[in-house]
Amino acid sequence: MKYPKFLVAAAVFYAAIMLLSLVGVLNGYFMIIINRSLIFVILAVSLNLINGITGQFSLGHMGFAAIGAYVSGTITTLIFKLPLPHALGLAEMGAETVFILAIVAGGAAAAFIGFLIGFPSLRLKGDYLAIVTLGFGEIIRTIVNNIDYIGGPRGLLGIPMFSNFTVIFAFAFLTVVIIRNTIESSHGRAMLAIRENELAADLSGVDTTRYKVTGFAMGAFFAGIAGGLLAHLISLAHPTQFGFLQSAMILILVYAGGMGSLTGSVIAAFLLTFLTEVLRLVIDWLNGTVGIPIGTEWTMVVYALILILVMLFKPEGLMGGREAKILILPRKTK
Amino acid sequence: MKVYAKIAAIGAMVLGLAACSSGPKEILIGGVGPVTGAAATFGVSTKNAYEMAIAEWNAKGGVLGKQIKLDFADDKGDPTEGATVYTKLIQQDKVVAIVGTVMSKVSLAGAPICQAAGIPMISPTSTNPKVTQVGDYIFRACFIDPFQGTVGAQFSYNTLNAKKAGVLFDNGNDYDKGLAEYFQAEYTKLGGTVVDYEGYSTGATDFKAQLTKIVAQKPDVLYSPNYYQDDALIAKQARELGFKGPIVGGDGWDSPDLVKIGGSAVENCYFTNHYSKDDTRPIVQDFVKKYQAKYGEVPDALAALGYDAMNIMLDAIKRAGKTDGASIRDALKATDLAVVSGQVKFDANRDPIKSAVVIAIQNGQQVYKTTVNP
Amino acid sequence: MGSIFNIQQVINGLQLGSIYALIALGYTMVYGIVRLINFAHGDFYMLGAYAAYAAFYVFNSFLGKGSPLAFLALVVAMLAGGAIASLTNLLAYKPLRYKPKLSSLVTAIGVSMFLEYFFSAFPFIGPSPRGFPEILPKVIFRGFGAEISNYVIIDLVVAAILMSGLTFLIQKTSLGRAMRAVSQDKDAAKLMGIDVERIITWTFAIGGAFAGAAGLLAGLTYPRIDPYMGIIPGLKAFIAAVLGGIGNVPGAMLGAYILGLAETFANAYNSMVGDGIAFALLIIVLLVRPTGILGEKIADKI
Repeated sequence: MKYPKFLVAAAVFYAAIMLLSLVGVLNGYFMIIINRSLIFVILAVSLNLINGITGQFSLGHMGFAAIGAYVSGTITTLIFKLPLPHALGLAEMGAETVFILAIVAGGAAAAFIGFLIGFPSLRLKGDYLAIVTLGFGEIIRTIVNNIDYIGGPRGLLGIPMFSNFTVIFAFAFLTVVIIRNTIESSHGRAMLAIRENELAADLSGVDTTRYKVTGFAMGAFFAGIAGGLLAHLISLAHPTQFGFLQSAMILILVYAGGMGSLTGSVIAAFLLTFLTEVLRLVIDWLNGTVGIPIGTEWTMVVYALILILVMLFKPEGLMGGREAKILILPRKTK
Repeated sequence: MKVYAKIAAIGAMVLGLAACSSGPKEILIGGVGPVTGAAATFGVSTKNAYEMAIAEWNAKGGVLGKQIKLDFADDKGDPTEGATVYTKLIQQDKVVAIVGTVMSKVSLAGAPICQAAGIPMISPTSTNPKVTQVGDYIFRACFIDPFQGTVGAQFSYNTLNAKKAGVLFDNGNDYDKGLAEYFQAEYTKLGGTVVDYEGYSTGATDFKAQLTKIVAQKPDVLYSPNYYQDDALIAKQARELGFKGPIVGGDGWDSPDLVKIGGSAVENCYFTNHYSKDDTRPIVQDFVKKYQAKYGEVPDALAALGYDAMNIMLDAIKRAGKTDGASIRDALKATDLAVVSGQVKFDANRDPIKSAVVIAIQNGQQVYKTTVNP
Repeated sequence: MGSIFNIQQVINGLQLGSIYALIALGYTMVYGIVRLINFAHGDFYMLGAYAAYAAFYVFNSFLGKGSPLAFLALVVAMLAGGAIASLTNLLAYKPLRYKPKLSSLVTAIGVSMFLEYFFSAFPFIGPSPRGFPEILPKVIFRGFGAEISNYVIIDLVVAAILMSGLTFLIQKTSLGRAMRAVSQDKDAAKLMGIDVERIITWTFAIGGAFAGAAGLLAGLTYPRIDPYMGIIPGLKAFIAAVLGGIGNVPGAMLGAYILGLAETFANAYNSMVGDGIAFALLIIVLLVRPTGILGEKIADKI
């Protein structure tokens, strides 16, 4: 029991949601919002590792998610919908095992691409790197769009709906723990040093090349996991889900939560996902019950205004650079 | 614990708000469409049409002696949002049926949810054949891609007597790509040559690179199976680059804005559609007149199909006499209803069997050309 | 290959590049002076197009079609773009000037979303695309194996005039001198008695005005305007600005024309993967020249 408080908090959260869902207080609608929030947690925390911790600037995070979604989706669709894998006994491994392996394979494929994308980061900085990552995201989309085998612009359809709260929660939990531990390790310190001053880090003997590429690969791995979970939640993967605008939304989560703060990313992922739904309900209520003629089309106007106001009043993001106490590793005493 | 406290607070707020749902005297019908985001223009027409159809039914006393209430949700043209709002409508609001949604990729995210919950769903405009294959609760009110692409090819080759065709379509949109593919297959089968087959990326406004290439191959006809806002620009730029032949498209062309944007460039253009506004059937004339009076513009294809889809659903509920999913589904299967887009019956795949019409654009007006039966 | 690399395609690319250039200039000027990627810049372009639409509508109804006063619409579009840009600066960016740089990035995305969704929701505008009025009859000149319309000429000429004007302003006027000073060193500029905030506001205004002008030209060239029309050109212009070397004004112009031509040729070569090719080229260029084509290498301070 190295980090008891965090474990306990996570366990309580999980148990509470499961219980409320079992007794029917939280229906499918709440569960899908919670699941989406948790997927956003994975995306935001992993982008935070690249942008917030290592100090790089990626604008193509959803490109990694696309790889995870398509790779894992193709694997599960093939195994469960074609006769051959059945003959080979693959489908009999059990749906859960295959699903988890497929998700991890999707993450691994994304990590490999992230590793490749890490290399330009050795030569490029700031906005130039942003453009390369953005271009990369668009290239992925173009490629996916042109492969008819995985659906092209129709999307990869009929993916088995294996994602559920337990699996998504477990992955989100692992993502936060692994990235948190990385940050607290000497590797994480090296990454932070790169963010603060790359030249100084280099001169102090930090292998900047290695850590920048590692940062990208790790961030990409978890983004790939998130993409896979999303695809198995809504039963399809579509190129338009992984564009520049979606990447920008993840960027918002990271900076609105507070750059470098995992707690902030987690909070922002939940708050902003719930905000859309709350606004949807408020506007329906104003329109239906109160009788103010305001249509659903105003939801996003209000959302944008709230986002701007939050940043004006909390320029460092909700958490600044701080972490919640339960996420801080206890100091080792020598 | 700050995080969880906040989440709990929001959860409580959502629960509190959600408690305000409709009374038992009404029948709640879910409506889905994109009213924000890049596809908003399609969603707005669709939503207008849902509202109009429901108002008409309510004026006639509703259905099963109860008034109908539309519970509309915005899917933003995004599959994840789609999955969320379908779940909301079914689990939170407890709608008896769902009419929606516009884009195939979003309907495909919603369909498994409806199927699993046993809630009948009819999509007004999702043309991907896979949508209704999700299960027996899923219907649609529009043609599927193969039919329209094939009709377009036959019309171009036989009626327009065009032996060489160029094709330009949105390569990021399944509707456009579907029509283009089936056009190419049928056109080649008939003996025509597709001299150039080009795509463009969604949201583009400059098509000149592709059109320059197409025009250089001197096609007799240009097939442009996209949405009107792109087709109008394509027509303009093709004319500018010296293409004088006919341009043919699909039901995405049907919008009053086509001529407003395209001007004289869309003369000598044809498109396949569900109905013609010249059709003398009273239901068509009534619909066009009422829609124009209510929303100040001529209805586009999305409005017509949204109106039809809602009418098909309400008619099924009326015939079912009950509001449980299985009864409505069975009634939907037995549909034989005259709607704006023709006499609708469903085939074994729950796709409508209906004829297509070809519309010509002459002097800025839509003119009925011919009817093609499936 | 004849239809890929011919004079018509070069003209197509230059026309596209002209519109990108006008948007990219604003991006690069703002970046040069406050180091902010102004995501809302594409929406200033959208606003300019709507302002021009309204202006043409008014001119056409009061002065009759084809009135020479219609060129005033350019002024209206530039004023609208400039006004919204400086207003955005004052309300959303200025309060965050000395806060972490990335907080203004989020407000920029927020402003962009706000403008798009507001226009889309606003009853008199709405999400449906509108046809842009044709102010001049289209005349097509044929020669050198190409078809050139008078609209192409308008695009190229207006862009060239505006860019020359901007170069003059930056190089020869006191405002331009102050802008260059602020972009080089804000603190030093302040010590020299320059009102830094005023210069920043002017930079936003000029950048927004150029985006507004681009909106008008786009409206004329691709006569369809909608609330989301700024997203893709905004993105492309951002890319053009980076390609040329962000913060560098001639670089933005060069980058825009290169991008316009590259996209045209890529689409003519293989339209299914045209955008992908254009992006791949961009990545290669940046790997060879990590600070953009005309950008200068800034040495790390030790």
